[in-house]
Amino acid sequence: MSKIFKTITILAVVLLVSAFTANKVISDQKGYDIGDIATDFKLMNVDGKMVSMSDYKDAKGFIITFTCNTCPYAVLYEDRINELNKKYAAKGFPVIAIMPNNTDIMPGDSFEAMQKRAASKGFTFPYLLDEGQKIFPQYGATKTPHMYVLQKTDKGNVVKYIGAVDDNYKDASAVKEKYVENAVDALLKGEAIKETKTRAIGCTIKI
Amino acid sequence: MKYIMTLLILVLFSCQNDIKTKASLANETSNEEDFELEIYDFDGLEPFLTKKDNKTYVVNFWATWCAPCIKEMPHFEKLNTNYKHKNVEVLLVSLDFPFNYEKKLKPFIKKHKLQSKVIALDDPDMNTWIPKIDKNWDGTIPVTIIYNKSKRIFYNQTFTYNQLEEELQKFLN
Repeated sequence: MSKIFKTITILAVVLLVSAFTANKVISDQKGYDIGDIATDFKLMNVDGKMVSMSDYKDAKGFIITFTCNTCPYAVLYEDRINELNKKYAAKGFPVIAIMPNNTDIMPGDSFEAMQKRAASKGFTFPYLLDEGQKIFPQYGATKTPHMYVLQKTDKGNVVKYIGAVDDNYKDASAVKEKYVENAVDALLKGEAIKETKTRAIGCTIKI
Repeated sequence: MKYIMTLLILVLFSCQNDIKTKASLANETSNEEDFELEIYDFDGLEPFLTKKDNKTYVVNFWATWCAPCIKEMPHFEKLNTNYKHKNVEVLLVSLDFPFNYEKKLKPFIKKHKLQSKVIALDDPDMNTWIPKIDKNWDGTIPVTIIYNKSKRIFYNQTFTYNQLEEELQKFLN
């Protein structure tokens, strides 16, 4: 009898441990690395229409930014993101912004608040709500703002750059390295990207 | 005689009371006084992260705009109170924006009467200094480093007081 009990206990422990490890694998998921194929999405824009990358038939790639209303770093970069779209949409690399936060935790990032911000800042690019928070974990975005430059190929949209917009969050005029622009310029010229991954402080994505 | 004694005690007590009031008043005034915030770029910060004396250092990177940072702040303050006499120093490195030093950071320090040492890091070239602090840090805060001359651990997480104390104990034994 005690043997059976022992076996059951061991089984239970094994089950518990494996359940834990399975969980761990999910939480340790790092998202995309350079060269991975990025998933497409179908998310609602502030104008009420659904947007996917596949809608952009003529695009050569995309500048994806995970951003929000409430993070002060994201706010500091709003104008620069707008400029990126103005400069690169015509060259085939439009900006698509995705708001990844849980809007229950961050009411300032609600769909209505996103609509207001997009209107007041005159966003020239779609500002999408990551409904259900399913897209940002696949990309591996951890913060706002978090940038991904993708290049459209026959195989799909390939991740070419992950990281910051540039090297100076507080003063656009003091920027020395425009990481995202450098990456897109290199892709347009068919050259190798010098810095494919950079880091910057940002606000944790609220789940 | 008894009457005189009572009177004497009363007078003594009232005196003491008086002194106490004055002392707390003085304290309040000094809290309202302006103070100098120590501001460093990364080169200036680095010595705070690499001290080789006999102390254990608990360094927390935070900002007033970072909600989870504010939530765990009392735990660092409590740790500082409980361990400052045990060769432990808590250092709070603020990543607030320079234009918010006067508006947000200094009022926060005053309002919450922070007892741990607070310094501000002002170095916009994050891509250079973030990997120097830890190669696995992607730039979200809060993060914490606990180190002494023989050991160093980087924590990309938030803490409860018990978790923080538990981690610190690993450095003290």
